[in-house]
Amino acid sequence: MAITRDEVAHLARLSRLALSEEELDTLAPQLDVIIGAVARVAEVAAGDIPPTTHAVPLTNVFRADITGQSLPRTDALAGAPATQDGRFRVPRILDMDE
Amino acid sequence: MTDVIRFSAARTAAAIAAGELSALEVTQAALDRIAKVDDRINAFLHVDVDGALAAARDVDRRRALGETLGPLAGVPLALKDVFTARGMPTTCGSRILEGWYPPYDATVVAKLRAAGVIIIGKVNMDEFAMGSSTENSAYGPTRNPWDTDRIPGGSSGGSAAAVAAFETPVALGTDTGGSIRQPAAVCGLVGVKPTYGGVSRYGLVAFSSSLDQAGPLARTVTDAALLHAAIAGHDPLDTTSVELAPPPVVAAAASRDLRGVRIGVVRELSGDGYDIGVRARFSDTLEVLVGLGAEVVEVSCPHFTYALPAYYLIAPSECSSNLARFDAMRFGLRVGDDGEASAEEVMSRTRGIGFGPEVKRRIILGTYALSSGYYDAYYGQAQKVRTLISQDFAAAYERVDVLVSPTTPTVAFRLGEKVDDPVSMYLSDLCTIPSNLAGGPAMSLPVGLADGLPVGFQIMAPAFADDRLYRVGGALEAALEARRGRPFLDDAPPL
Repeated sequence: MAITRDEVAHLARLSRLALSEEELDTLAPQLDVIIGAVARVAEVAAGDIPPTTHAVPLTNVFRADITGQSLPRTDALAGAPATQDGRFRVPRILDMDE
Repeated sequence: MTDVIRFSAARTAAAIAAGELSALEVTQAALDRIAKVDDRINAFLHVDVDGALAAARDVDRRRALGETLGPLAGVPLALKDVFTARGMPTTCGSRILEGWYPPYDATVVAKLRAAGVIIIGKVNMDEFAMGSSTENSAYGPTRNPWDTDRIPGGSSGGSAAAVAAFETPVALGTDTGGSIRQPAAVCGLVGVKPTYGGVSRYGLVAFSSSLDQAGPLARTVTDAALLHAAIAGHDPLDTTSVELAPPPVVAAAASRDLRGVRIGVVRELSGDGYDIGVRARFSDTLEVLVGLGAEVVEVSCPHFTYALPAYYLIAPSECSSNLARFDAMRFGLRVGDDGEASAEEVMSRTRGIGFGPEVKRRIILGTYALSSGYYDAYYGQAQKVRTLISQDFAAAYERVDVLVSPTTPTVAFRLGEKVDDPVSMYLSDLCTIPSNLAGGPAMSLPVGLADGLPVGFQIMAPAFADDRLYRVGGALEAALEARRGRPFLDDAPPL
């Protein structure tokens, strides 16, 4: 067993994914099979091979430091689930006693 | 008028430019076709009737004023619902973005609008482009026009089905591990993943940023080239787009012989797991290529065997990070904000309800692969394998100009057949993934039928040599069509 149900529950919490008990029951064995399949990369002798992060020959792309047009506030807020006073309204981020 | 919908994009635009058809007539014909067949196909998630008709009238007005129109002006296009376009919702096939209207146009959308292309609407996809069947959409599966009990491929299944069902002559898709080429193969179309960095990703909702690339789906190689040329080029809004002149793909598509072209058959992309019919059409096609003057040899790319596992570590890792932006705070769905729940609880509930099973699987897999203790063994090792795959390509291209393989190991499978078996579904992308990992361009084009269903042939080329795909594809398409005596899609059963 490469991954247990408890580990999947822990990873779901790290990923901010509320999963039902049924979802955990289904996901854990599926992920176990998937991880078993992808673990094959370990068969490759790649000790001194440099990693590839992306496929284009570019590093540190900068633009000129020129002020440009930014998104109007009304456009930025138009798709928000909740707004207040021209800002995003979010649920509380601190505990009541903090 | 009924056959206007069967015109290629090139022929449609030429007829509009010559005044034989108006853009309005063409657009109305596409809208009528969608109204007639899309309840059986479910390609479209949103049809922008008013926007499309207004864009068509604008093309007709510009023509009347004597303006020279571009080579795709007035041509209807289906846009994969992963690109932002103002005035239309963008869902990415997910509940978490249901009803969201983006505040800006993707660069490719802005380019298409400027070229006079008529964006008819948004088409279905696997949620956030994760899948090979379009069954992972929150809005129901799309069906293959060749057999509506079968999948149209994915993730750009709506794009492929729209073009194969003659709803639009062309569509835009995205390809992270084969999501343009595999749907093109199983729907009998031409589909191209351009070189990574050749087309802007600005406004393309990211799944796996180092692999995602936008590209064309079409019924002919020339149409694919016209759309490819329309979207290609450097974009300062995408730091991974490259400042190079776009390859001459349209001119290359007109080639009709392959004398002096060296073609390598990848030994590792064949054998067990490939349908007999797929193998037979592949062998037939190699003979046609030899007949066109090409030299065909076998080459070995030993690390391609590890492309699939490396991909299923890299792509989920990037996805787990990219999809963190769907946090219920600034856009999209918010669930459980009852005044008591914390932001973190609202975030978890929203993502638990807003994401479907495949997206959840990949987020958890990516989180696992990136966690300390596993990082070096999984994500780090996969990145090294990625380097070895690029080195295999480089060594092969010292001997040959292009590489070829089947596009997919099988023809279109039945809806529901693989939905509960993720690893089996992942095998659909066995042949297409190496090009995403190395960044080079690749094309799928239809080369025949097996069991009455389309079989795709894949051509791969070195980075920024996209024109080689079109040279080989254009000559091959012409030879096959001359032999068949009719366009490939004429063999599709009528809807």
